[in-house]
Amino acid sequence: MNADPGPPLVHLAKLRFAYGEREILRGIDLSVRRGQVVAIMGGSGCGKTTLLRLIGGQLRATGGSVAVAGQDLGRLAHRELYALRRRMGMLFQFGALFTDMSVFDNVAFPLREHTDLAPELIRDLVLMKLNAVGLRGAARLMPAELSGGMARRVALARAIALDPMLIMYDEPFAGLDPIALGVVGQLIRRLNDALGAGTIMVTHDIVESLQIVDYIYFVSEGRIVAHGTPDEIRASDDPFVHQFVHAEADGPVPFHYPAAPLADSLIGPGGA
Amino acid sequence: MSRTTLDLWVGVFVVIGIAALMFLSLRVGNLAGANIGETYTVSARFDNIGGLKVRAPVKSAGVVIGRVTDIRFETDSYRAEVRFTVDTRYPFPRDTIATILTSGLLGEQYLGLEPGGDVEMLTNGDALQITQSAVVLEKLIGQFLFNKAAEEPTK
Amino acid sequence: MSGLSQALRDLGALVTNGVWRLGFAARFFMLLLLYSGQSLRRLHLTVREIYFSGVLSLLIIVVSGLFVGMVLGLQGYETLQRFGSGDALGVLVALSLTRELGPVVAGLLFASRAGSAVTAEIGLMKATEQLKAMDMMAVNPIARVVAPRFWGGVISMPFLAALFSAMGVFGGWLIGVVLIGVDEGAFWSQMQAAVDFRFDILNGVIKSAVFGVAVALIAVFEGYDCTPTAEGVSRAITRTVVGSALAILALDFVLTSFMFRGQS
Repeated sequence: MNADPGPPLVHLAKLRFAYGEREILRGIDLSVRRGQVVAIMGGSGCGKTTLLRLIGGQLRATGGSVAVAGQDLGRLAHRELYALRRRMGMLFQFGALFTDMSVFDNVAFPLREHTDLAPELIRDLVLMKLNAVGLRGAARLMPAELSGGMARRVALARAIALDPMLIMYDEPFAGLDPIALGVVGQLIRRLNDALGAGTIMVTHDIVESLQIVDYIYFVSEGRIVAHGTPDEIRASDDPFVHQFVHAEADGPVPFHYPAAPLADSLIGPGGA
Repeated sequence: MSRTTLDLWVGVFVVIGIAALMFLSLRVGNLAGANIGETYTVSARFDNIGGLKVRAPVKSAGVVIGRVTDIRFETDSYRAEVRFTVDTRYPFPRDTIATILTSGLLGEQYLGLEPGGDVEMLTNGDALQITQSAVVLEKLIGQFLFNKAAEEPTK
Repeated sequence: MSGLSQALRDLGALVTNGVWRLGFAARFFMLLLLYSGQSLRRLHLTVREIYFSGVLSLLIIVVSGLFVGMVLGLQGYETLQRFGSGDALGVLVALSLTRELGPVVAGLLFASRAGSAVTAEIGLMKATEQLKAMDMMAVNPIARVVAPRFWGGVISMPFLAALFSAMGVFGGWLIGVVLIGVDEGAFWSQMQAAVDFRFDILNGVIKSAVFGVAVALIAVFEGYDCTPTAEGVSRAITRTVVGSALAILALDFVLTSFMFRGQS
């Protein structure tokens, strides 16, 4: 599980992002190398998904830089961004499969849109990708007939259809049963190694992540508060990491939403 | 839905649509009888055109042979100048009379042509010399009253 | 007093929002036209949408056209024969349909059936992140999803309006000639004399084309711009139907005043 030496595939430097007045990210420094599986973790609403969108070019940074394969996304024209995206694969939270097409057509979509390959060749490629995720037999089904876990696996097959150099996952483990969870986790690791790609995973699943990733970044309130290899994280005594890893109710991330003291609310002017 | 079935249905749709357009144009409208052929333009001046409008038919012996294309007021003679086209299949003599008539009792007004006896035919751009203006109701009543008054003194 | 100022502020916000949205819609329209190349090059995408917008609307258009024509025949004859002009029924039916009822009613029906379906489709694709996924796969969703649906609608409308008018005339003939007994010769000959191809029929076709553009644009825009939730989609569908209806009626007035100025 050692990182492959080489120039960073993704490099975020002092990245800032704000929605109008609201600052979501306040200076993020992050690096992903080819062959690495990196997890970005944090509580809900801390900006993890925004990070993925920035790396994919769906959002423009308000400060700092995002570089993918050495190219600064802020300077790319639309056409160049699209060319870069053809080398990326993204798995959306609920799969985002095209509901009017079969499983086969969904996985074939990027191949048909971006390549001029013969139908027989496309057929073979699609079946191979489906085989990699274990769903070759489901090729003729429609997305509505799939379970959540299966839909996500099909979306994964679609994301790797063009053998991307960077694969991104948005909450890949959300809402899955333990078996499906294990399957998806194994697939993420195996596919990354088989393709020699870099993988970024946004998740809150600590147990599964610690087993498969090479490096973890913790994000809280728009900043990286901790980072390290799984061993370093397990051994860490940083209060935030500790709270997260041991699922503690209260700690650096408070239980109570900011409010006046309880006594004041009950007896004071606002109370009955 | 396979590609070929889809294409078939869209093809059927387009055919039906065009058929409907054809039906409307030919059976409902007057495309079939329209003057798509060659025409020549003639002009005529009237004291009063009444309710004649542009695109009104030009008829002779009740058959439509042309259309009114332009109606203007001429300040050199203070009369109305009407320009109209006639199908080249129907040449008219140069002393043809143009009258503004009404179709039916309350129908729309049209231009009626009565051929004269001249040997020479009208050519493109000619002007008709003899015209008869539209009947104006007020003048008709006025004339009637005048005639009535003229009869009185003999009684 | 604060209630009134709040109400005024809300009204102001509504107006500015509306204007902003209009600008956004205009920019969207420009992008749509810009990215329409694919709809032409990959014709099967557009053909597929002509099927879903046009062919699947055939039933409602044909049946409605027939009934409207039949009602025109009944009501028209009832009124005309009071002036002894029962023979002019053909003229009444044909002119009403080709000039007004064909384009307008077909447009309204098209908006409710096909327009709402397109809005729902695009809206749901947005809500389930399918459009975003497509964008991430380097496939422009406006070119691939929105533009073909727009052109499918624009192409279908004139055909549907013509079909509506044709069925209406047939319905009028059915009631007038077959049922009531108006003279068949008078019915058709007076109609042909009064209905001018360039003036009435062509103008009707132009109207239906304009309505087609309006309805198709509103439908794809509302779908593309909706809030990506279930109620967002349902509100977008309502806006499509209502907005299309208003647009059709307003455009009808504008076009009619241009086309039929003081003519017989």
